[in-house]
Amino acid sequence: MPILEVKNISKRFGDTEVIKDISFSLEKGETLSVIGSSGSGKTTLLRCLNFLETPDAGTITVNGEVIFDAADPMSRSEKGIREKRLHFGLVFQSFNLFPQYTALQNVTLAGMLLAKERPDYKERKSQIHEEIISNAKTILDSVGLSSKLDNYPHQLSGGQQQRVAIARALALNPDILCFDEPTSALDPELTGEVLRVIRELAERKTTMIIVTHEMSFARQVSDNVLFMDEGFVVEYGPPEQVIGNPQEDRTKQFLERYFENGNN
Amino acid sequence: MNIYIASLFEGFWLNIRLFILTLVMSIPLGLVITFGSMSKFRPLRWLVRTFVWIIRGTPLMLQLFVVLYSPGLLFGVPMKSRMTAAIIAFVVNYAAYLSEIYRGGIESIPKGQYEAGAVLGMTKSQVFFKVILLQVVKRIVPPMSNEIITLTKDTALARVIGIAEIIMCAERFTKQGLIWPLFSTGLFFLVFNGVLTLVLGWLERKLDYFKV
Repeated sequence: MPILEVKNISKRFGDTEVIKDISFSLEKGETLSVIGSSGSGKTTLLRCLNFLETPDAGTITVNGEVIFDAADPMSRSEKGIREKRLHFGLVFQSFNLFPQYTALQNVTLAGMLLAKERPDYKERKSQIHEEIISNAKTILDSVGLSSKLDNYPHQLSGGQQQRVAIARALALNPDILCFDEPTSALDPELTGEVLRVIRELAERKTTMIIVTHEMSFARQVSDNVLFMDEGFVVEYGPPEQVIGNPQEDRTKQFLERYFENGNN
Repeated sequence: MNIYIASLFEGFWLNIRLFILTLVMSIPLGLVITFGSMSKFRPLRWLVRTFVWIIRGTPLMLQLFVVLYSPGLLFGVPMKSRMTAAIIAFVVNYAAYLSEIYRGGIESIPKGQYEAGAVLGMTKSQVFFKVILLQVVKRIVPPMSNEIITLTKDTALARVIGIAEIIMCAERFTKQGLIWPLFSTGLFFLVFNGVLTLVLGWLERKLDYFKV
């Protein structure tokens, strides 16, 4: 059974249909890259999965449970959404760390708030806090930031900030970790450290969806690649096909333009 | 000499009382007005914004007279105390200004902060109180400081409805040929605002540990 099944998702903003009838599925431990030019709907797709946008049509199924069905108004209720969201983690292009909290606090904040809803919270309060903090430290260590626990975001480089953001998403142990162009806001010399962390996550079989413009990276780490254009899925398959030997004309054009512009 | 100084202190005590009461009440009232002017319910938003436009668009001096006289002249129940009238006029006036500062502060927080909180499973109120609020406070301290310092001097306006604040007290002595009491009222304001500036500067530095 796939961990994620997206069926016939559509989303329009006013008169513009941004994504059209998108379907795909994802196996546990799989890394899927979503590529395509700006405005092709990649980011909107990711935002729909994280309930930051509500699709106009379609269903989203995680582990066999339908967590969103556009035809069922019940699946849009605020309380339900908050729990379902936790199936997904999202790493933003612009990091969106909380500036008033240290790196460690950024990673622990949501977990601390969620823990208050646990039935055993009152009795085990300090123990739960310790668990959350030690878990956060382990994760920050795994992204190479064990020496930056007490630094505030403005004291960190862009690459370090993005690694804190990855740790923050990992701390809630999501089923599927989503990345929205995680290196697009970074100076070129800082993209490497973030890509290295994502690559390690792929090697550890973290289930991921990565919206990216880094083609060679997508080719190396992905199990599958999805090429979007004007809101449609144009081509889907293993990276050797979609990036290495594209079958569709539009995919070919996109990649030609991409590599002509001096990228690799 | 002592009589003069005692009179000035007595006058200034009214300025300070008006200042403190206005601040204590207009700061929370301003937040209520902000929520109204940012409401998704259009008629409410429209009503509140019109109200803010009227309050900010007319002189505080006029508002003082309106609050003092209209209960008596329009409804036959005269305002009992001039100080109450002054407090009402000042609180409403300052709440309207503060609400716009709050609104600017809240709207300046990037959408990404709300979204980051939401995808981490926080409730809307957790996002507001744990993530947004302190960032807003940090952003509005400088414009708030400006308003607060303006308020200390605006309290002198209360004399137009017969409140014997410090400048009114000092002016009485000019009839006896004395100008120095009038000059020295300036010192009262300078010292008071000097202390305020230090306190507000300290608050600004307290929030310097992070950047927004």
